[in-house]
Amino acid sequence: MTAAAATAAVAAAGPHGFLSPTGVEIAFLLVGLVTLGAALVTVTTRQLVHAALWLVVALGGLAVEYLLLTAEFIAWVQVLIYVGSVVVLLLFGLMLTRAPIGRSPDADSGNRWAALAVAVAAAVALVWVVVDAFRTTWIDLDGPAAGSTAVTGASLFRHWVLPFEALSVLLLAALVGAIVLSRKAKADAAPAVPGKEGAR
Amino acid sequence: MHLAYPAVLSALLFCTGLYGVLARRNAILVLMSVELMLNAVNLNLVAFDVWLSRAAKDTLHSGQALTLFTIAIAAAEIGIGLAIVLAVHRNRGTADIDKLRDTAEGPETEGPGTPAAEKAEATA
Repeated sequence: MTAAAATAAVAAAGPHGFLSPTGVEIAFLLVGLVTLGAALVTVTTRQLVHAALWLVVALGGLAVEYLLLTAEFIAWVQVLIYVGSVVVLLLFGLMLTRAPIGRSPDADSGNRWAALAVAVAAAVALVWVVVDAFRTTWIDLDGPAAGSTAVTGASLFRHWVLPFEALSVLLLAALVGAIVLSRKAKADAAPAVPGKEGAR
Repeated sequence: MHLAYPAVLSALLFCTGLYGVLARRNAILVLMSVELMLNAVNLNLVAFDVWLSRAAKDTLHSGQALTLFTIAIAAAEIGIGLAIVLAVHRNRGTADIDKLRDTAEGPETEGPGTPAAEKAEATA
């Protein structure tokens, strides 16, 4: 039944083509290029703080992609959690481990070329499979948004309540675990503790 | 929109993160690459959810719910991971994962991390 509906939707989507991209597709492509470039700089730059700042660009670009896919709530959650807190945590981690400011020549390990080979092979295989599988599939972006806050909230609290509550328990356990791990074991190091927990 | 655009972008982002995880030497840069891989998965989930909510009349919105759960778990993961990296840095004086070879088998029986650990314990 779902396959029939899918084919019906594809048939109803009508005259699409690779050679006539819509405006949304062009915007998606441009933002995607920026995102991919920022991600590449993140994993290749030799300046550690710059890697974190380029990660902000990549994650912000992904938030724009979510907006283009009409998933508004996910986009703002992405901005709040990733750009707002995860990158700040990473910057604090870089500072607390005394990461060198400026170029560090040993940022990449010796097995860089093996890693590059693995990544390129995986990219070629994945892109080939994905393009071959979804060559004739189109997303219908018209009509009411599929990911507005009302829709997401209704589905989350109607069908996904139990995983949601379990996730809150997991977050509490992670919070307690992070505090326990970042405490010093000895009592004589007590003055350093409040600063680090305030950073967290 | 063609479904191949988000799918290909997410595949390429995933492989970028894979390269970063394998090639980086600093533990915090490895954590950044893990975040990139998780974000590629999130983009895939959102794109397929938007497709299936129209094409298959899916009202469960499992893709978006799973994306929210993945984001929350990634936040927990980065907190725990950074706490572990800080603990290792405090004990060993380095966040370089190539130097943490205490459990490695090899010709050298004495790991290079052991004297640094003792030194850090002595100075702490």
